Amino acid sequence: MSTVTLAKALNLGLRRAMEEDPKVLVMGEDVGRLGGVFRITDGLQKDFGEDRVIDTPLAESGIVGTAVGLALRGYRPVVEIQFDGFVYPAYDQIVCQVAKMHSRSRGRLRLPIVIRIPFGGGIGAVEHHSESPEAQFAHTPGLKVVACSNPVDGYWMLQQAIAHDDPVVFLEPKRQYHSGKAELDAAVGPGPLFASRVARAGGDVTLLCYGPTVKTCLAAADAAATEGRSLEVIDLRTLSPLDMDPVLDSVRRTGRAVVVHEAHMNLGMGSEIAARITEKCFYSLEAPVLRVGGFDTPYPSARIEHEWLPDVDRVLDAVDRVLGF
Amino acid sequence: MSDLIQLLTPEGERVEHPEFRFDPGPGVDEAEMIRGLLRDMVLCRRLDTEATALQRHGELGIWAPLLGQEAAQVGAGRALRKQDHVFPTYREHGVAWCRGIDPLDMLSTWRGTDHGGWDPVATGFHLYTIVIGAQTLHATGYAMGVQRDGLVGTGDPDRDTAVIAHFGDGASSQGDVNEAFVFAASYNSPVVFFCQNNQWAISEPMERQSRIPLFKRAQGFGFPGYQVDGNDVLATYAVAQAALQRARDGEGPTLVEAYTYRMGAHTTTDDPTRYRLSEDVEHWKLKDPIARVEAYLRRNGLVSDEWFAELEAEADALGVRMREGCHALPDPSPLSPFNEAYAEITPELETQRDEFAAYLSGLQGAAPEVTR
Repeated sequence: MSTVTLAKALNLGLRRAMEEDPKVLVMGEDVGRLGGVFRITDGLQKDFGEDRVIDTPLAESGIVGTAVGLALRGYRPVVEIQFDGFVYPAYDQIVCQVAKMHSRSRGRLRLPIVIRIPFGGGIGAVEHHSESPEAQFAHTPGLKVVACSNPVDGYWMLQQAIAHDDPVVFLEPKRQYHSGKAELDAAVGPGPLFASRVARAGGDVTLLCYGPTVKTCLAAADAAATEGRSLEVIDLRTLSPLDMDPVLDSVRRTGRAVVVHEAHMNLGMGSEIAARITEKCFYSLEAPVLRVGGFDTPYPSARIEHEWLPDVDRVLDAVDRVLGF
Repeated sequence: MSDLIQLLTPEGERVEHPEFRFDPGPGVDEAEMIRGLLRDMVLCRRLDTEATALQRHGELGIWAPLLGQEAAQVGAGRALRKQDHVFPTYREHGVAWCRGIDPLDMLSTWRGTDHGGWDPVATGFHLYTIVIGAQTLHATGYAMGVQRDGLVGTGDPDRDTAVIAHFGDGASSQGDVNEAFVFAASYNSPVVFFCQNNQWAISEPMERQSRIPLFKRAQGFGFPGYQVDGNDVLATYAVAQAALQRARDGEGPTLVEAYTYRMGAHTTTDDPTRYRLSEDVEHWKLKDPIARVEAYLRRNGLVSDEWFAELEAEADALGVRMREGCHALPDPSPLSPFNEAYAEITPELETQRDEFAAYLSGLQGAAPEVTR
């Protein structure tokens, strides 16, 4: 057992996947000698060699497109996109090629590619380094999209994504890479990859979140508890497919739901989740499903990003509103 | 001296080139080999003519004709070995033919019954790629995999493997093609970039793509580039064979520009008379890839009238088979998209599928097959 950061947990997860399957490759910009800009691949090239930990030219479409070819040859590439905002040059390869190869070939071809994307804001970065593109990929049939929120999930979910036969977009909350640790007991096996998880039980309002906002929602639940309010926090973990059963069970009990994410709200994950809740448990709802998210503006400059990102107060404000209905 | 590599003139005269020569390989009769290439080209032209006619009759939604590009495709296609892999764009019907793909399977994409139609693993011929140039990266990645599998430079002709990516002059402007060049050069990957420069990217002329001949771009990426007469099947075979062998030997990528001309439309939806001069088309007719091989074989007494009669009968039979077979291509089940989206279907998609199946059965009075 060891106490590790999310960054270390992901590194250990990658290492274990590479040890267990010689077909697993890591590829991306700076992943080799440097160990990645966030050091997630630290030491891997030294131990597994340049043929398995591939420092690539600086070309995102090239990285994903060559990963397609490697996967067709029987390899399992794990691609690192250095920052969320840099994924767009690879967007065509991801949505037109990676996502469709299985259906285009009527199931004859499989692309077990994992596309790791450090996502979200709050690190004081310049433009294009703090985006939340998850809805773009969750909207694309053929892709599966998951988001980890803590070291234990990071360790297991990454290995599970690598072992999975469909392409997986793997979202990592970058501002939590090095903040906070958790005990990682490799002897305790993982739960299913495509399942949401009740992170904190409660009875008054259901908070739905993933990635970086899980921590925010847990903090909001702590604060609400001091005022006698009991918030249930569900870490969605999987965004495509969505695992709605635990969400619907919870909302049927609480009658109130707030979805919290960093991404823009317009046509975001919150819209989809609100729609599904409305379809499935309309008569259990005591209030409309509310969303707390990034606003529908380009991501702001670092000096004001704390105003833009959902924080504990904005979550509690939404909780007040659903309870006041 | 012209950069254009040519081994057979438009008049059907054999010419020598200092670097490349037509070599059918040990134990293969040269005349027999050339007759075989001619046969392939004639049948590919017939395949293309029939498919174009099927589109005009409303049997295909669209077709991308290869008319005029038979030599480039058959030359490159016949230079492949069984273990080699091809990543085509959407016009490589002649290469597909050389890989043994049933012409009826080629129709399914265009009829709308499938997105592919053949098994890319069994044939070594990957599915058509519609997004321009995307497949050049897949080919490069695949070649990187071949390298990791230790299948280059072993000296074993049955093991050493090359990958070839087909694309057009328009695709040469795409970022993906240039990124593929960078990756292939950086890793010295066993990939041949085979550009059929047919002069037109739909209505955009070559001058809109490049200020220099395309093959010269290779030098800037650090690997050799050649320009071959794309209407000369002996030359396209020779150059493709040399480039593929270079890849198999572990010497890295090559760019081949097959300089040719698209005699027809980009696809059956456009009208080339709106964007190009009929004089150009007439000029290129004189360079016909089939006529020059026929002239060569006849002039040298290497082929008989009976041979041509048999070939014509074979082409007619192919036409009949395509016309009849096209009608018989089965529509997929409306539930197949659900089953084919993922290797492992998701519970939510399963629910959508089952609800849609129930809805359909309510309309039709019978439940369709849920499984593929």
